[in-house]
Amino acid sequence: MAKVPVQFMLNGSEKAEFVESGTTLLNALRDKIGDTSPKGGCHQGTCGACSVIIDGELRLSCLTLAETCIGADIKTTAGLAEGGVLHPLQRAFLDAFATQCGFCTPGMIMAAKVLLDRTPNPSREDVVEALSGNICRCTGYEPIIQAVLLAARANSQNAA
Amino acid sequence: MSLALQTFSTVKDASAALQAAGSRYLGGGTLVVRAANEGDVSVSSLVRVADPGLSRIAVSGGKVRLGASATMAAIARHPELAALAPAARAVGGPAIRNMATVGGNLFAPAPYGDFAVALLALDATVFTEDGEMPIETFLTGRDTSRVIVTAVGFSLPSMESFRFLKVSRVKPKGVSVLSIAALLQRTADGTVTSARIALGCMADRPIRALATEKALLGSKLTPQEIAPALAAAGEGITPITDPIASAWYRAEVLPVHLGRLLSQ
Repeated sequence: MAKVPVQFMLNGSEKAEFVESGTTLLNALRDKIGDTSPKGGCHQGTCGACSVIIDGELRLSCLTLAETCIGADIKTTAGLAEGGVLHPLQRAFLDAFATQCGFCTPGMIMAAKVLLDRTPNPSREDVVEALSGNICRCTGYEPIIQAVLLAARANSQNAA
Repeated sequence: MSLALQTFSTVKDASAALQAAGSRYLGGGTLVVRAANEGDVSVSSLVRVADPGLSRIAVSGGKVRLGASATMAAIARHPELAALAPAARAVGGPAIRNMATVGGNLFAPAPYGDFAVALLALDATVFTEDGEMPIETFLTGRDTSRVIVTAVGFSLPSMESFRFLKVSRVKPKGVSVLSIAALLQRTADGTVTSARIALGCMADRPIRALATEKALLGSKLTPQEIAPALAAAGEGITPITDPIASAWYRAEVLPVHLGRLLSQ
């Protein structure tokens, strides 16, 4: 099988790789580039653990082919912390005990980031809707919802 | 297993490539990449068209034309398509809606394809490279079809005339137990002059509730008048059985949810 070159921005730095045609973005990120923050849960588009942000929109990397991302701007949870300082969402997930086994967490944080980027002060319903494509089998969701609301409050306090 | 992806700039060239055995058309990827991930070895090559025109949404003079690559998210947020937003939002979660396309939804087998249920109630026209056809004709032949859908067109319904309901067990989002779309034209005193009702999960693809449509004509949607229409809802249905619900359950709850939708 012929390999195809793919090149895109990943968390602000340019990445170029050769992948087999038909490789999913999830596999390219994890196995080729070494960013293991998106998780392969169901590979069916059901669990949301592989969620990444492509050109500002939340997408599932398990159902996206790497070849279709040439030139795209991709963001993953691995790129959120700056200089060892956690992103407010990451901080809030820890403070609100919103992560147990942690498998769903990177996907949850990507979904929450897209929400807060567009809606800095979301309602509880907004948060529930934004996370509706992400499954968590540990927490019962309530701590995750609280964490996103906490991060939103922290952001607005910093901005004030 | 590997897939070969071929990208074309025109639908015509992609159509030619799609005639090869083992090839499937790649829209948003939520059906075909899913199938490949699941180990569907019948898919060996993927064909896609990189034409931004296929994502265009045009609304003018009461007519709507949705490009086949328009996503559910784009429809849900379109200011002139508020009547359709509930049906577009019924599909998947936010990430899926950023990927799933109108064209793909037309091919989605039950329990998926909630948006196609809305399109069936709206009597949409399906445009392909080879011409156009009514959505019912398209849905009947979709399993063996090798054409690329380029757009769907329909008359924009008013907020009052179009109703949509999806029932799922998980809140706020989940796979469909059933979905119902109803286009009801009524006179000033509320009398139904035309009714088009489409059902999801009541067969392997969206179907119309023809007996219910007929029973509603001339009624004012009072509980007494709705009752015979609900009694007729089971005619011609062959609901699917899957991990979400059995065919028996779906048939039992259909009149209940249809009654709620009609009583709104």
